[in-house]
Amino acid sequence: MAEFWTDFLWPLILILVKILAFILPLLLAVAYLTYAERKVIAAMHLRKGPNVVGPFGLLQPMADGLKLFIKETVVPTGANPVVFLMAPVVTFTLALVGWAVIPVSEGWVVADINVGILYLFAVSSLGIYGIIMAGWASNSKYAFLGGLRSAAQMVSYEVSIGFIIVTVLLSAGSLNLSQIVRAQSGLWYCIPHFPMFVLFLISALAETNRTPFDLPEAESELVGGYNTEYSAMTFAMFFLGEYANMILMSSLCVILFLGGWLPPIAVAPFTWIPGVIWFALKVSAVLFFYLWARATLPRYRYDQLMRLGWKVFLPMSLGWVVITAVALHLFGWLPPRA
Amino acid sequence: MTAFVFYLFAALAIASGAMVVTARNPVHSVLFLILTFFNVAGLFILLGAEFVAMIMVIVYVGAVAVLFLFVVMMLDIHAVTLREGFTKILPVGAVVALVLFVELALVFGTWLMAPDLDAVRGAPTPAVGELSNTQAIGAVLYTDYVYLFQLAGIVLLVGMIGSIMLTLRARVGVKRQNPRTQANRPLEDCIEVKKVATGKGV
Repeated sequence: MAEFWTDFLWPLILILVKILAFILPLLLAVAYLTYAERKVIAAMHLRKGPNVVGPFGLLQPMADGLKLFIKETVVPTGANPVVFLMAPVVTFTLALVGWAVIPVSEGWVVADINVGILYLFAVSSLGIYGIIMAGWASNSKYAFLGGLRSAAQMVSYEVSIGFIIVTVLLSAGSLNLSQIVRAQSGLWYCIPHFPMFVLFLISALAETNRTPFDLPEAESELVGGYNTEYSAMTFAMFFLGEYANMILMSSLCVILFLGGWLPPIAVAPFTWIPGVIWFALKVSAVLFFYLWARATLPRYRYDQLMRLGWKVFLPMSLGWVVITAVALHLFGWLPPRA
Repeated sequence: MTAFVFYLFAALAIASGAMVVTARNPVHSVLFLILTFFNVAGLFILLGAEFVAMIMVIVYVGAVAVLFLFVVMMLDIHAVTLREGFTKILPVGAVVALVLFVELALVFGTWLMAPDLDAVRGAPTPAVGELSNTQAIGAVLYTDYVYLFQLAGIVLLVGMIGSIMLTLRARVGVKRQNPRTQANRPLEDCIEVKKVATGKGV
């Protein structure tokens, strides 16, 4: 019995506590990201934004959540009920499981696995399923077209994201996210890999279906896209999943290019601030870019989006992989074999 | 504990594999196929081959199955009409399955009958503690087997070019966008820059 406790039950409890310690702040961050989005866009539009519910409208996310919670979930008659209800669950779950490998500070990670970056890449490539299942199961033309668009878009941009990740891996010499961050202690990769940093930011916008690449839910042509038929909690789960994915992609960007939890310069006043604060600050900065892009840019046309992905981003990122590999080899900068 | 997890994954893989063939709705079949891939990835992780497991999920679930799903959703297939020729094709399928089974049995049989060959089996992969399997795979794939690796790449390239050639057709009357002329338009023709005071709007 004692063995059962030390070998199985205690580690299980520990893992559950760790997961909760990640999920609760994450959900809070998601709620306040929606608030921040409305406030930031309002400021850019010279409006006030939500300011009625609570001080400065701070309770607005709670009110929205409550509203969605008490609404009725409608399943269309022609829908395939199991797949229809599974789709939002898949989206939301995938947005959360990616956080298992994100190191927010030195050693602050649920699972510090060897292939962390591949795991994240796998999780983000699975994100398509929630959307394509929703599109199909809704049994609606708008939803189906939205789902197909989204799937094609995510598959296209994933290819260039893969190559961008490869350049970082070549420089860091590890698939472990913590190692990648530690490899940046001298120089953040956004400086030597600046073109890839820009490409990654744009691809991340496309990957999370955000403006200017929000074609799956282009309301002028597709109503609500894949979530046309969803209401109440099922819609809320898509919504939360989308925002959690935004934060996940921002953290990935911070880990790959902005030095994760590392301070900008490793001298006294900067090193006093804990790593998790640096991480949060950097993620917020990247998220601000997302909101800024949404307030500023018009939506891409579909053929332009595909052209950008396949004819511009793919050759550029592939070329950069070759340049990086050759440069590392010629100058002997290859990371030592672990 | 490991044994329990192994049997869980294995049983789920076989059960969902069976559902792939028996499900009435083709889309459900593909979704069960994805579940099968996941369970196989779980088995790889149990073996300590986390790299293979992740590649399995990325390539098969993230790319191949998405294409399957695309095709199945777009086509109006009914499982019932698909099943019409079932009894006719069954013997062929059985023969293929039998050949695969015999081949697997032969591989295992060699290891059992010739113990000196057993050394070859474990040789390419060092112990888990020594080297992570990502590095182990890289160390053999890009050195000893680099030509075969390149060859596999060329085969894929040929397949890709072939499928593009088969589907490519020149259509008349399509208005194409020329990005170069668009990008080369002089700035004055396209936009007008206005100085806007901060916080005022236009």
